[in-house]
Amino acid sequence: MKAVEVKNLYFKYNKEWILENINFILNDKEFLAIIGPNGGGKTTLLKLILGFLKPNKGEIKIYGKFPKQARKIIGYVPQHISFSIDIPITVFDIVLQGRLKKGKFFYSKIDKQKATEVLEKLHIYYLKDKRIKDLSGGERQKVLIARALVSEPKLLIMDEPTSAIDPRGQTEILDLIESLNVTRIVVSHDIKILLRKVDKIAYIHKKAIFHEGPKLNIPKDKHFCEIELINFLKDENCGI
Amino acid sequence: MWDLINYPIYASILIGIAIAVIGSLIVINKTTAITGSIAHGSFGGIGLALYFGISVILSASLFTAVLAIILAFITIKFPHRQDSLIGVIWALGMSIGIIFLSLTPGYQSDALSYLFGNILLVGKKDLIFMGTIDLVILISIIFLYNRFLAMSYDKEFLTLRGINANYLYTYFLILTSLTIVMSVRAIGIILILALFTIPSLIAEKWTKKFFYMMIISGILGTVFMAGGIIISFYYDISATPAIVIIASVFLLISLFKK
Ligand SMILES: Nc1ncnc2c1ncn2[C@@H]1O[C@H](COP(=O)(O)OP(=O)(O)OP(=O)(O)O)[C@@H](O)[C@H]1O
Ligand SMILES: [Mg+2]
Repeated sequence: MKAVEVKNLYFKYNKEWILENINFILNDKEFLAIIGPNGGGKTTLLKLILGFLKPNKGEIKIYGKFPKQARKIIGYVPQHISFSIDIPITVFDIVLQGRLKKGKFFYSKIDKQKATEVLEKLHIYYLKDKRIKDLSGGERQKVLIARALVSEPKLLIMDEPTSAIDPRGQTEILDLIESLNVTRIVVSHDIKILLRKVDKIAYIHKKAIFHEGPKLNIPKDKHFCEIELINFLKDENCGI
Repeated sequence: MWDLINYPIYASILIGIAIAVIGSLIVINKTTAITGSIAHGSFGGIGLALYFGISVILSASLFTAVLAIILAFITIKFPHRQDSLIGVIWALGMSIGIIFLSLTPGYQSDALSYLFGNILLVGKKDLIFMGTIDLVILISIIFLYNRFLAMSYDKEFLTLRGINANYLYTYFLILTSLTIVMSVRAIGIILILALFTIPSLIAEKWTKKFFYMMIISGILGTVFMAGGIIISFYYDISATPAIVIIASVFLLISLFKK
């Protein structure tokens, strides 16, 4: 089953093309890792998939639906904490937000149970009653991951979920992502993600270069070899 | 004495309820400037009412609701220029009010009473209107508490959950405008902003849950108003400034807390 299908996608901000002719298919339960330089268009691509931005050309389908119709099955961890962290709100309240949906006004017992479970899974249950502004950056990031997971999404989209997390925490979170039996799209600057059981790798810089296959089988592709990011893999794969 | 201040005290409780909910939401959503804009803009609705000889409450309610919708549109569409645009609406509403007042023949002290307000003059009809708006606010917060909280924290995520954050935000601004209309006779346009933000600013420091922030700010708002009323009654000074001064003193003290 096709989970995400991107066809002939073009997007520009103002007059500048950010993404050109992106095409890919991600099947159900596959894990796609996206890498690429700053400003390459990774976050933009995710926002298009979420339906926050509209393509200038081309089409995106998520489980056969347009992004806006598919939102309820998506879990999302944003890259930037652009929102107000100084409001009086506890970790538990934030995680519960992942259970909100149209027509639902109150949280049920099940919602609270799911929130508890996910906090335990991420080893942050003890932070449950803390005010969000009193947490460290990495702890906040884990809370956002919990909020995305609590809705039990079919498609999980994460924009640099481990950027503020310490090495041990990163391993834990990547282990968790790897073990999830759902479709996953994870943007990362941390090249270690390529050592994981990813099904597909995309390098995005305006255009996208795709690679399909098991881990560490980095293609002998000129573009991949040019990426400074995966320098440490060059020797094995590029022969240069 | 109770016979003379019973209505004002009832009014402080009813306004306190609005402060609890709307004042707290104003603070956490950082819509103080927008609230100031609606409050001052309401003068336009008052001017229109006096000129055409229609109900001030009706005219001001409709006028501020329209301002709320315009302001919601502006803040959503032009987030980076919102502060300037909010200032424009602020002045525009006032200007409309002043023009219609100057066209209205006769004595205009009625209009001035809306600028400064007088909580000692609230009547039964005012109390009934306040109670009605409180009811709308309370029903709204019971059903929308989780949404409002999610909206205040991260609008984008709320949208992702299939809830239209822009409609919710517009509804919140309309509730703000009704709150302003219900308090304008008692508190006055100029000082409404202070009364609606100070209790919540103090409350925020004392709690980690929004629910308690609402409860504390409602109690503080009512206490400040009642204090101002009693002082104004004994010393024969205007009530609203007394209320704002009491509230500001408490705010200053609370700023030194930790
Ligand atoms: N709101 C915006 N308006 C105009 N241009 C934008 C906007 N957001 C992003 N851009 C531009 O689009 C390009 C791609 O940005 P994007 O955020 O998708 O990059 P990214 O690959 O996620 O980078 P990073 O690794 O730094 O997160 C950048 O050149 C950026 O300047
Ligand atoms: Mg990005």
